[in-house]
Amino acid sequence: MKLTARIQDTSHRFFDSDIWYSFKKSKVTVIAACVTVALMFSAIAAPLIAPHTPFDPASLDLMDASTPPAWFEDGTSKFLLGTDDQGRDIFSSILYGSRISIFVGFASMLLAMIIGITLGLVSGYVGGAVEAFIMRIADVQISFPAILIALLINGVVRSLLPNERHDELAVWVLILAIGVSNWVHFARTVRGSTMVEKNKEYVQAARVIGRSRATIMFRHVLPNVMGPVLVIATIGLAIAILTEATLSFLGVGAPPTRPSLGTLIRIGQDFLFAGEWWMVIFPGIALAVLVLAVNLLGDWMRDALNPKLR
Amino acid sequence: MIALIIRRLFQSIIVMLVVALVAFTLFRYVGDPVSQMVGQDTSIADMERMREELGLNDPVIVQFARFAWNTLQGKFGISYRLGRPVNELFAERLPATLELSLIAALFSLVVGIPMGVYTGLYPDRFLSKVFQTISLIGIALPTFLIGILLILFFGVILGWLPTFGRGEVIQIGWWSTGLLTTSGLKALIMPAFTLGMFQLTLIMRLVRSEMMEVLRTDYIKFARARGLTDRAVNFGHALKNTLVPVITITGLQIGSIIAFAIITETVFQWPGMGLLFLQAIEFADIPIMSTYLILIAFFFVVINLIVDLLYHVVDPRLRFDRTVAAG
Repeated sequence: MKLTARIQDTSHRFFDSDIWYSFKKSKVTVIAACVTVALMFSAIAAPLIAPHTPFDPASLDLMDASTPPAWFEDGTSKFLLGTDDQGRDIFSSILYGSRISIFVGFASMLLAMIIGITLGLVSGYVGGAVEAFIMRIADVQISFPAILIALLINGVVRSLLPNERHDELAVWVLILAIGVSNWVHFARTVRGSTMVEKNKEYVQAARVIGRSRATIMFRHVLPNVMGPVLVIATIGLAIAILTEATLSFLGVGAPPTRPSLGTLIRIGQDFLFAGEWWMVIFPGIALAVLVLAVNLLGDWMRDALNPKLR
Repeated sequence: MIALIIRRLFQSIIVMLVVALVAFTLFRYVGDPVSQMVGQDTSIADMERMREELGLNDPVIVQFARFAWNTLQGKFGISYRLGRPVNELFAERLPATLELSLIAALFSLVVGIPMGVYTGLYPDRFLSKVFQTISLIGIALPTFLIGILLILFFGVILGWLPTFGRGEVIQIGWWSTGLLTTSGLKALIMPAFTLGMFQLTLIMRLVRSEMMEVLRTDYIKFARARGLTDRAVNFGHALKNTLVPVITITGLQIGSIIAFAIITETVFQWPGMGLLFLQAIEFADIPIMSTYLILIAFFFVVINLIVDLLYHVVDPRLRFDRTVAAG
């Protein structure tokens, strides 16, 4: 009983809030949210929805190779969006591919968030030489494009790993590279808000009763600086998905045995000149829609949560 | 001003040293340089002799100093995969990347600024909405996808433009240029458009928001009250004042255009530095990787330095001590 009351209370607070109001008012945002949820759901449920299992060699038939989409003369209803050169169903490949794209996007964004929040909190709260050191690194890193840094980290880690383990570890290397290349925005924002928060009374009170620095930073200051972090995280997710796709397209990301959307586009590009455009266009559309939807959500969130944040 | 120049110069040197250290660490510790250079039937004694000759047994500090000294002289070592001096390889490919990047930057400025001015002046017109939508698509569509779509339409379906390479090039000294032949120019159109597209949306949005901000200021109102023509107000007063940040951003973006050229070069098989670097990553060709790293960092540092100093020259408000101004 108590629990249901609390849920009701929370839901009231949520549906009466300004945020919900501004969300409902912006049609574009509602559509973007629906598209994002739908794409994420279909990615998670890929094994259930996908009509074929594209990466099980036993189920592939070379006779099906390079079938155009179903609404063309040579197409069959068996393969809605056609097949690639190995006879894999494009639609199923996209479902499985977006699974990897979204997973890598989320995981690397989380990694960037953890690194950025920790360093931002520490440099904002502790200050002094620690802060100067961390922020100089951030300054240097941000003057280079994130994609270049991700490419470098990726290249270095790959050359350290033995060749035969590349494929199985590729996804983790990607997450590491993209995560490390995107922490600066988080750190800068968190540092800024921490410097404001640390002079407030509740922090002083916590200090007086003898709580440790780490406890104050993570238990007390952190919840109060999370607002802007969420905005950066949403935009960061779009950037991470895009970076992953780009690295995979360049051939240094997800391997062809476990392709992401970027890998699918890379593979399909070879068949563009043979007129088999569907191998590129459909994964491309899926990627563009995903990134656009997340971007729009991020834009809305930025305006709704903090108009001053650019 | 001189103190500022010295301080910024000092910072730049530190950044370059850090990058050189990273490059050196890569060079020295990722993989074994000796075993990369010799064949399989070289004896261990020979390898040890080579190690001694290359100075790999010296203290690390000495090795780093030698590495830095060689880099300053332009001796970047020999590519593991291609067996040729790295500086030759880069000299061959530098013109391709620089031509592509500069044309792309020029394109984004020439098209982006007018689009930004128009959307800033008339935010509610239909054409402005179209431009805004285009800029949103330009941000959401990955660069490589734009390139592929262009290849599909203009290369494969219509057959108007070449889809890969630089076309015919003319050698002028060590510089090879594709700007003087028809096939070279035709080959440049799609890559330059692809590379410039993202910068274009960035510049358009920047000019638009700056323009809208400036138009609200008092001096614009006074200029109108004085009875100046729209043309004089919009272009003589408003646009002029929006251009300072645009110049800065464009300057800073030239560095990232060169870096983003990696993607465009891959899509169009453009024989530039980016393609070289990417192939080096695939084959763990460390000398090329570390050289590219140093070269790009050098571009960035020089551009940042110039832009920073220019900014202080152009905008008198920044001539005070920065720490005071920043609070």
